[in-house]
Amino acid sequence: MHAQVEFANIARRLLLAGALAFAITLPAKAQEVVKLGLVAAMSGQSAKSGEAIVRGLSIAIDEINARGGLLGKKVELIVRDDESNPAKGAIAARELVQREKVAALFGGLDTPVSLAIVPFANQNKIPFMGVWAAGTPITRNGAAENYVFRVSAVDELVDKALVDYSLAKYQAKKPGMILINNPWGESNEKGLKAALAAKNIPYAGIEKFETNDVDVVPQLSRLKEAGADVLYLVANVAPSSQVVKSLDRMGWAVPIVSHWGPAGGRFSELAGPSAAKVHFIQTYSFSGKLSPKGEAVLAALQKKYPEIKTLADVTPAVGIANAYDAMHLTGLAIAKAGSLEGPKVREAFYAIDTYPGLIKTYQKPFSPANQDALSEKDYIFTHFVEGEILPLTQ
Amino acid sequence: MSGLALGSMYGLIALGFHITYVVSNTVNFSQGSSVMLGAVVGYTFAVRLGWPLPLAMASALVACAAFGLLVERTLVRPFAQRGSNAWLMATVAGGIVLDNAVLFTFGKEPRSFPSPLAMQPIEVLGAGIFPLQLLIPLIGITIAGGLSLLLRRTRRGKALLAVVQNADAARLMGIDVKRTIAVSYALSTALAGLAGLLIAPLFSVHSDMGTLFGIKAFAVAILGGITSASGVMFAGILYGVAEALVTALLGSSYTQIVMFTAVIAALALMPNGLFGRAPVRKV
Repeated sequence: MHAQVEFANIARRLLLAGALAFAITLPAKAQEVVKLGLVAAMSGQSAKSGEAIVRGLSIAIDEINARGGLLGKKVELIVRDDESNPAKGAIAARELVQREKVAALFGGLDTPVSLAIVPFANQNKIPFMGVWAAGTPITRNGAAENYVFRVSAVDELVDKALVDYSLAKYQAKKPGMILINNPWGESNEKGLKAALAAKNIPYAGIEKFETNDVDVVPQLSRLKEAGADVLYLVANVAPSSQVVKSLDRMGWAVPIVSHWGPAGGRFSELAGPSAAKVHFIQTYSFSGKLSPKGEAVLAALQKKYPEIKTLADVTPAVGIANAYDAMHLTGLAIAKAGSLEGPKVREAFYAIDTYPGLIKTYQKPFSPANQDALSEKDYIFTHFVEGEILPLTQ
Repeated sequence: MSGLALGSMYGLIALGFHITYVVSNTVNFSQGSSVMLGAVVGYTFAVRLGWPLPLAMASALVACAAFGLLVERTLVRPFAQRGSNAWLMATVAGGIVLDNAVLFTFGKEPRSFPSPLAMQPIEVLGAGIFPLQLLIPLIGITIAGGLSLLLRRTRRGKALLAVVQNADAARLMGIDVKRTIAVSYALSTALAGLAGLLIAPLFSVHSDMGTLFGIKAFAVAILGGITSASGVMFAGILYGVAEALVTALLGSSYTQIVMFTAVIAALALMPNGLFGRAPVRKV
């Protein structure tokens, strides 16, 4: 009698343990891979940027998987198209986190889209890594627990660099601004104004234009009449080329110092021979003498994507390079955290010590006070020559 | 000055709205996509395949006309026959389908469509301008005038107009109503395609280049009074010039606000547009 009760007890315990073990293995089984999500423009005018980010992330993921993956699992990238639309980006981010259970999100080129994802990432404690969009408030978003990190330029710092460059190279006395009419343009309007105020330099005027504007002559004429001696340009590749073509028509040979919009596509084809006059900022260029790491990444790119034949096809380099470094930094954080839980991964980002990356060797790249891995010291100025982005010396 | 070229382009697209409206009381809301189609097909033939420009342009116009026939046959006729207004949504949808189809086939990147007429600026009244920018208004006004004459003075034109007044009576008089409407659609998309070919060298060629043009052109068509060809063309030029002036005088932040408010105000004051005639209702 007694033995029977004992047996039933043991059986029940065994069953319970089995059920528990089953309950534990179930989610673990579903997580045989580490899923990471990307929300970027894969269609539309900025589609080339999404392609570059996918390439940069994929090369880094291949390297990580070749070394055994993360936490013993293979890394898998899931890509969603935001069509450069903030609402679509926010929905895609939610879907990736809630249905696909991604451990971290990567962002694309459009600041408005990233800004739409930031509050979601912070509320749900999902690390959100920006690899392109440069809007200042993406990482400096005021959240008490900030889950947004970035390996890319920051508008505020870019604007300082643009002003410094225009002073050093062109001795600008009264620059004018020609900015795209969206939150990215606005973010830079603030940054440029602040950077100019810090140097005590007045500006000739601030003009906005739309993505699909054919003719920017009216805006540029206003700046010319106001006496602008240098133009700061902030827009993506197609609208930037409309500015250059309009300047050509006006016959106004004014120096143009630009954010990195022109790098996002075939700027020299769209803007014509005057494209080379536009000096724009970059975080990385595959042209010139490369570091061993640069050579290796370039070789891997050419092997994986046979359509890359010349350096002119490795565009936009910033998208590839930022994404590549961002993926490795995220990988380091996940490995250090030993877990895919957002809060642990976030803490691990701060604990990253040294990472010899493609753009530079990162030393303590992140801290709660600075969630941006790159600073103005890492920017270079470049221009387009026959389809290739070449570095300029100051 | 630069508003003139853009305005004429709006006018050309708006003429497409005009022509299907006067013939069949329907309009093709995928006109913006036809603009894009003209530019994309022209680019593909002229730049990618290296055809001579006139041949490439002609082929692009034929392609646009074919698209117009397809739109009429599949997106307008089935609905209009049932007396439904669903052609409105159907043509919008058709435009989106075409935009995305082009995105997949043509590619995602904006491309450049060079033209010898948009290389060296010439100076007119102290302002630099490409010769193409003078050609566009010329073509626009010629076509609007020609269309006006065609509709009012020729047998075929009168046949077109007869269709909208009374399709049954027109049919009894031996006019092929179906064919007439189909022809008007082909003509309207070809006009939009021509606008696309003309603007491409000043702009860039990409799959969503036509959307905003389509919207502005519809505003222009309504503003001009959709029943008058010359009115529509004039409204187009007026719109383009006003747009450039507002930007130059008030600054670009105000352009869209001022322009579309002005369109609403103009329509409130003159419900039939600037040059339209009120429809005669027989009781």
